[in-house]
Amino acid sequence: MDEPIMAVEGLTVKYGSHIGCKEVCFDLYPGEVLGIVGESGSGKTTLLNALHGRLEPSHGTVKYRTRMGGMDDIHAMGEPQRRLLMRTDWAYVHQNPRDGLRMAVSAGANIGERLMGVGWRHYGRIRDNAVGWLEDVEIDTERVDDSPATFSGGMQQRLQIARNLVTNPRLVFMDEPTGGLDVSVQARLLDLIRTLVAEKGLSVVIVTHDLAVARLLSHRLMVMKSGEVVEQGLTDQILDDPQHPYSQLLVSSILQI
Amino acid sequence: MTTENDIYNFAYLDEQTKKMIRRAIFKAIAIPGYQVPFASREMPMPYGWGTGGIQVTATILCPSDRLKVIDQGSDDTTNAVSIRRFFAKTANVETTTKTEQATIIQTRHRIPETALREDQTLVYQVPIPEPLRFLEPREVETRKMHALEEYGLMHVKLYEDISRHGAIATTYAYPTQVNGRYMTDPSPIPKFDNPKMDQMPALQLFGAGREKRIYAIPPYTDVRSLDFEDHPFEVQQWESACALCGDDQSFLDEVILDDRGERMFVCSDSHHCQTRQEQGFHGSQMPENHAGGLQEKHDG
Amino acid sequence: MQEMLITEKLCKSFTLHVQNGTEIPVFENVEMRLEKGECVALTGASGAGKSTFMRMIYANYRSQSGSINIRHGEDWVDMVAASPHRILEVRRKTLGYVSQFLRVIPRTPTLDIVAEPLRLRGEDAAEARQRAAVMLERLNVPETLWSLSPMTFSGGEQQRVNIARGFIANYPVMLLDEPTASLDQVNRQVVLDLIDEAKARGAAILGIFHDQSARAAVCDREFDITSFKVATDA
Repeated sequence: MDEPIMAVEGLTVKYGSHIGCKEVCFDLYPGEVLGIVGESGSGKTTLLNALHGRLEPSHGTVKYRTRMGGMDDIHAMGEPQRRLLMRTDWAYVHQNPRDGLRMAVSAGANIGERLMGVGWRHYGRIRDNAVGWLEDVEIDTERVDDSPATFSGGMQQRLQIARNLVTNPRLVFMDEPTGGLDVSVQARLLDLIRTLVAEKGLSVVIVTHDLAVARLLSHRLMVMKSGEVVEQGLTDQILDDPQHPYSQLLVSSILQI
Repeated sequence: MTTENDIYNFAYLDEQTKKMIRRAIFKAIAIPGYQVPFASREMPMPYGWGTGGIQVTATILCPSDRLKVIDQGSDDTTNAVSIRRFFAKTANVETTTKTEQATIIQTRHRIPETALREDQTLVYQVPIPEPLRFLEPREVETRKMHALEEYGLMHVKLYEDISRHGAIATTYAYPTQVNGRYMTDPSPIPKFDNPKMDQMPALQLFGAGREKRIYAIPPYTDVRSLDFEDHPFEVQQWESACALCGDDQSFLDEVILDDRGERMFVCSDSHHCQTRQEQGFHGSQMPENHAGGLQEKHDG
Repeated sequence: MQEMLITEKLCKSFTLHVQNGTEIPVFENVEMRLEKGECVALTGASGAGKSTFMRMIYANYRSQSGSINIRHGEDWVDMVAASPHRILEVRRKTLGYVSQFLRVIPRTPTLDIVAEPLRLRGEDAAEARQRAAVMLERLNVPETLWSLSPMTFSGGEQQRVNIARGFIANYPVMLLDEPTASLDQVNRQVVLDLIDEAKARGAAILGIFHDQSARAAVCDREFDITSFKVATDA
């Protein structure tokens, strides 16, 4: 019987009297992709930040199954341990690749950073690894020494993904990873994420306002409105037979081509 | 009897300030390589002229000390001369250009070629004390990285060097790890000098005036220069020897001689070079009138 | 015989919140049993909710009350109450669904789309592709198309890709929504053969067949949904 990799209970974040997110509960299983959908300001990003420890919750717990097998409360563990998770076991893909990349160093160094962070000290091997990852994310390997500033938006986003996945994390957080990209670039990126997630058995929490992205990538969905989860369930359930008025409104707002 | 010097306290700084700086120095010595914040004072010269080093020197200076000040290895540049005069005037201490005779050596950008002893203290002037600053601009973040020993970023800098230049091209301010713990900027000394820091018998103190940080490497402390397994740390080498003293082991400066690009390499450590010349060593361009007499005595 | 699927007191209604909360009742207390090795034709007039019922069983549509119990290995899983995680597991291992429409994933080659159900079970990629190739060949999808995305295929081709994908994983329980629609005689016969083979290995099948002769060829009995339909004033 497989066990959840992350268990969230009653997670609430308050900004003063304002509710960031309220009483969020879910279990995330290995290999599962959970989509969080909702309009801007619905608390998606707040929730994401509370999940990976960047925001301290007002109450509730986020437990994570470490490689040792135990369930550790990520807000109770020390910052060193959380930061270690953040650069080994977890990954965070920002909407804007510039927030997740080091623009001043080459693509290879961007990918190699996490490896060096966990003690790799052999330049040749680090570089070989970086080249391998460029191939995996469909970036010309000739560009390993180029600065990401010379890359297109789609390439930067793919580089950010490579940089994050190089240490074989088990849990990936993504905040609107395809936002701000052209539709054709988006399709390629989605395909890449989908393939990597399936091949590497990643667990993913992905925030998006794009229901097509949610449909394509996620197994399960949580619909958020004003900080509350109004509905959660299987992705196809929510998109094909939404129950809550707000979910129905969201689904009926999709433009048909 | 009131002299001009009595207007100021001994060595310029007041005793309260010295106490404060001494506390920072003690703490720095207790935690090798850790940057201790201190309340840097305004000094009668601008930042960038070594105000951090001067405050450290002023604090540890005693009337019995003999002070040497070097800038890029040289005793006679404006910066070195003015700092030496400053202390001659405000502390009335003896000054010297001879490395082996000095008890305190304040330096900018070099470590003397002459090996230092336990009874000597080397004071570095430091412009940017934070070695991680190059890649991480946030102070809060770099402090956390030090606290948690997250030093992967330092290797990113070296990686970048190799990918761009085929070798680690960082030649000065080459990052070191002190006592197996703190990532420490050796100040902008050439990496040629890095090996001298390791297990040095003398106490090494670092003062950054503008950045308000003091750090230290106590005597006989491990100082390791970072590298990769397949790109080990190496010091730079020259094809020629010093044109004046013929030394092929010391750190050389390139000197342009004329508008046609004629140049020569000479020791950066002026005292070292002069000592060798006095001992009779000579290089290819040593002026003949100097060479003549000495050559016979010491040739070979 | 062994029962594979049992629905009890199953109710379904739609509430259209965006249209002033209009409530559309669909079914009440649907009781249905499906046994191992049988193929049951789901019948009822057009608009009776045959496809809706099928989607409820697949848990694509939610049921308001009642239960849908599916034999999943040693256990019974109630698709109405089960967690999403559990439902996905049932879909991966036990319950197959061939809808009328192929959901195309951009940029993914036909061969991989067909092989995906096996890949999701953790089977080896090369072997899964090998079996997908056998399926596609049997359904007369030209090999030249296998490496392309089915996005631009004709309706019939897409339907055959869909069927190949549905039959590749030998699910113990299968839902077929008009599997022979828009197929020519040859391919229609291939599908009927596939159904017969599935029955022979013990699969329990619930199918919607408008094609009378196809229904007669493979179905053992009929289950008319009309009697559970809630009459609406509209």
